Order: sequence, then structure tokens, then C-alpha cells
Amino acid sequence: MSDVLSKIKGQSSSSSGEKPRKLAIIASKGSLDMAYPPLILANAARMSGIECDIFFTFWGLDLVSKKKIGKVNISTVGNPAFSMAPYAPWFKIPTWLGIIPGMSKVATWMMGREIAKLDFPPIPEFMELVADAGVKLYGCLMSMDMMGLEEEDLIDGATALGAMEFMELTEGAQVLFV
Amino acid sequence: MTVNLSLLETLDFDDDGFLADANAWNKEIGAAIASVLEIDLTEDHWKVIDFARKEYTENDDAPTLRRITRTLNITTKDLYAMFPGGAAKIAAKVAGLPKPTGCI
Repeated sequence: MSDVLSKIKGQSSSSSGEKPRKLAIIASKGSLDMAYPPLILANAARMSGIECDIFFTFWGLDLVSKKKIGKVNISTVGNPAFSMAPYAPWFKIPTWLGIIPGMSKVATWMMGREIAKLDFPPIPEFMELVADAGVKLYGCLMSMDMMGLEEEDLIDGATALGAMEFMELTEGAQVLFV
Repeated sequence: MTVNLSLLETLDFDDDGFLADANAWNKEIGAAIASVLEIDLTEDHWKVIDFARKEYTENDDAPTLRRITRTLNITTKDLYAMFPGGAAKIAAKVAGLPKPTGCI
């Protein structure tokens, strides 16, 4: 095959014979701001033809829980970088202000609006999108036991998996902990 | 459409196999690139390619996959099945557009 044709095929001489790239993401957080990074990266992986699995553990389990996925919020306390960006980025919101009832709802609403402006879908739709794109979604079995969840409590497309099975599945993958 | 692979030899491609000059593209070149990637082009493929080209000409940026699926009423699953090996990358290659850099 000529150089041009192998270039188009994406087979450079250095990469031929190597195993296809694979990414495994461990999603451990259940807040809105920490739900997007694993989803965006998983989606980007699939768009580039990279295999991808996501393992949802601890609070991350909320993201694949039927009851919780639509209620993912931002925490307004304990984040020193938390500000009114993009409206008033100079205004850092102090923790004592963040504890006012309703602050989390307002912040979640504001961030949701900014995210929608960028044409990123809300979390439930995004989860469906990555599943359709071929990302495999797993709920951590131990976290599920701890929180009293059964497999039928997980969203469609997500299955329960133990940590050791996840290790087997992701052999040779690049692992990312979020 | 008859496929003429020798056509590709006269064109410049970047290191990742994307056509260097998007304006040099035509349907014959698109069909040749698709055949190298082992994709049998259907009417739906052409819908996606034409839409991507149109958006690129108008906005100087290829459309996101989400925009393609929503506008053309194609499911994400189908789009990935149509362009195996990374829908965004492969569709851009066939459409003669630069490597996509967006996040979605």
C-alpha cells in the first residue's frame, strides 16, 4: 500500500501491530462539576475511535442511578476556587455564604445554563449519548451494596461489576481516576 | 460512483491522514477516501458528508456529532456504525475536513 493510502487508513509504520488504544475511567464523584469530566473524556475517546469503559464508584454511583441521575447538583462549600464566573469571576463565594439554603440549587441552575450554551447535553442525556457511542458503563458492586442498590436501580445500559472484574476488563488500558 | 484511488496520490494529506486542503475535495475524492477506509457509502453517509461540508463552509468549523444527529435525525448508534473507528474523526476524513478539535 502506498504511503498516502496508509496515512488515510491511520496506519503509520510505528503504530502497526500495536493493540488498539483503550481508556478506563473511574468516576468517584457525584456532583455536577465532577460528572462532566468523565463523560466529556469518554465521549472524546469514542469520537476518536478509542475504546472506553467507565466504572462508577462511591458518590459517582449517583450518575448511573435511575433515581439520582436527574438530581446531580454542585456543592457550594469546600471549594476555594468557587466563584461567580463567568458573570463576576472576581467574586469568590466564601464557604459561609455557600451554606445558605438554596445556594446549591442556584449554582446548579447557573452552571447548567452555561453548559447548555456550549451545546453540551444535561447529564442524563449525556450518559445516554456516551452509552450509544459505545462506552461501557459499570456500577461498582461494593458501592451498590453499601447504598442498597440492585442492578435494576441502575440506568439502562449500566451493569454491576466488582473491582477485580474491572481490573480484568481493563487490562492494557490507560486508567483515569476522577 | 466509480472509485479512483490513484486520485488520492496527487493530493496532500496531513500526518493523520486528513486532506490538507478542504477546498480540494470533491465527491469523487470522498468516495476514494471512503473506499480506503473500507466504508460502503450509502445515501445516509452522503447526507452526513454534505451537511458537514455545508457547515464547514458556513462556520469554518465542522459540526459536532450532536448537531449532526439532531439535525439529520440519525441516532448516535447509527452514526458510529456508519463511520466505524471514531465517528467524528472518520466522518471528517471522508468529508475532506481537518481533524476535529472540539470536545463534543
